Amino acid sequence: MALLEISSLHASYGLTRVLHGISFGMEEGTITTLLGANGAGKTTTLRALCAMVRTEGEIRFGGQRIDGRATEDIVRLGVAHVPDGRGTFVNLTTEENLRLGAYTRKDKGAVEEDLARVYGYFPRLKERREQQAGTLSGGEQQMLAVSRALMLRPKLMLLDEPSFGLAPLIVGELFGILRAVNAKERVSMLVVEQNAAMALDLADHAYLIETGRVVLSGTADEIKRNDAVRRSYLGY
Amino acid sequence: MDAFFHQVIAGLATGGIYASLALALVMIYQATHLINFAQGEMAMFATYIAWTLVEAGMPYWAAFFLTVAFAFVFGVVIERIVIRPVENAPVLAVVVVFIALLVILNSVTGWIYTYTIKTFPSPFPAEPIFGKYLTSHQGGAIAVTLVVLLLLFAFFRYTPLGLAMRAAAQNPESSRLVGIRVGWMLALGWGLASAIGAVAGVMVAPIVYLDPNMMGGVLLYAFAAALVGGVDSPGGAVFGGFLVGVLENVLGAFVIGNELKLAVALVLIIGVLVVRPSGFFGKVLVTRV
Ligand SMILES: Nc1ncnc2c1ncn2[C@@H]1O[C@H](COP(=O)(O)OP(=O)(O)OP(=O)(O)O)[C@@H](O)[C@H]1O
Ligand SMILES: [Mg+2]
Repeated sequence: MALLEISSLHASYGLTRVLHGISFGMEEGTITTLLGANGAGKTTTLRALCAMVRTEGEIRFGGQRIDGRATEDIVRLGVAHVPDGRGTFVNLTTEENLRLGAYTRKDKGAVEEDLARVYGYFPRLKERREQQAGTLSGGEQQMLAVSRALMLRPKLMLLDEPSFGLAPLIVGELFGILRAVNAKERVSMLVVEQNAAMALDLADHAYLIETGRVVLSGTADEIKRNDAVRRSYLGY
Repeated sequence: MDAFFHQVIAGLATGGIYASLALALVMIYQATHLINFAQGEMAMFATYIAWTLVEAGMPYWAAFFLTVAFAFVFGVVIERIVIRPVENAPVLAVVVVFIALLVILNSVTGWIYTYTIKTFPSPFPAEPIFGKYLTSHQGGAIAVTLVVLLLLFAFFRYTPLGLAMRAAAQNPESSRLVGIRVGWMLALGWGLASAIGAVAGVMVAPIVYLDPNMMGGVLLYAFAAALVGGVDSPGGAVFGGFLVGVLENVLGAFVIGNELKLAVALVLIIGVLVVRPSGFFGKVLVTRV
């Protein structure tokens, strides 16, 4: 069954309409990537999915309508968002940031295990666990944002440019971790990424968005071979 | 020297009360960036509830805890009904709402209980402890204040709910993204602030006596305390409270006389605003972009 189904989604900031009827879907357990130029509406699409902008149209998650619900209720269904700009709680410690990720969970014992697990993924964060998160480097805050989302044990992760500000070596590691989490825990992922080549390597499916509309869709391999995508996004 | 020491200790006792009320102001300020001008009248109203319960024959501590619980619910209800609707209104509109709340609480209390000054009982024995330096009520007020401050500190520092409240105050958007119900956290904050205010009111009432205007001066000292400490710093507010209490007493006794005591608060407020607007402990936010 489709995990996520979006049909004719419109979104606007004030009077400016930014999404003009986007439709796409994704299957449970898969990784899907949204590609598009700057300003195409990728961030807005992810924000629309968790009710952070005003929308019209239909969004179904696991068959249920979630459009019109509050952000915090959508999170409770298992949707974790790694937002554009990282969303760090700058005055709290690294570990407090991570614990907040698990705020809605009831299985407190497993939360401790997951804390150990994300520290395993990102030993940097463990070294800095008592440090005020606002003083972490940009890359460290990006690791923190991904880790905070993992702490929810989500069904679906929305990742807005997870590699932003990370050194190439760390990006490789991060994508490895995302792949492992997807394979082992069947966490579905919707990824927006500047680095289209890496995103297409990671993803099963891809959608190309231009000015608030889906203009191309297919498996990651098909999209990779598409001439227009190659010229504009892959650069060869 | 003896007299000086006496004034310092007496100052600590009232200072603790200012510290509590200042802390209540800071809690609301951190979440909303607004100073709740009605904080003092909310505390005064709760103190009248305590008086009513005690007059009706309820044991003191039962009345105390019932009053604190009432004040908590009262704070939550005020946030939901009065503050929530003006959440996105311009600052000035919200300030008007605060002042309206102040005036309404003051006149409703006056209407119900009249403006006649009443005595308020202290739960602590009449004979002084620690020899001549400290009346038992002063000692008791200091102890109660310290217990409240410690409980609050532990709540915010060590419980998941306390953490969520801090998160919601600092970063509402990210808080929603981890599932925190930000609106309710704000209401809870109002409830807690109101409960702390009630403790302050009940502790100060035996000293200043009970009347609908009893908190006017106290709130002014609490403003001064919050500003001295840094209006976004809970620890600073507590420090500021004790400092203002001691200054008020020492200066009042030896330098400017009792009539001008309130001027100490005003001078401090203006002085801090001019010289160091962020207070002693005000945050210079450490962030990276
Ligand atoms: N808060 C806002 N208010 C008004 N307009 C906005 C706001 N946020 C985004 N927009 C507009 O919406 C459009 C889509 O923005 P969005 O952030 O979704 O793009 P994006 O695809 O994520 O781009 P990028 O790759 O640069 O991150 C842009 O034209 C932008 O100017
Ligand atoms: Mg974007």
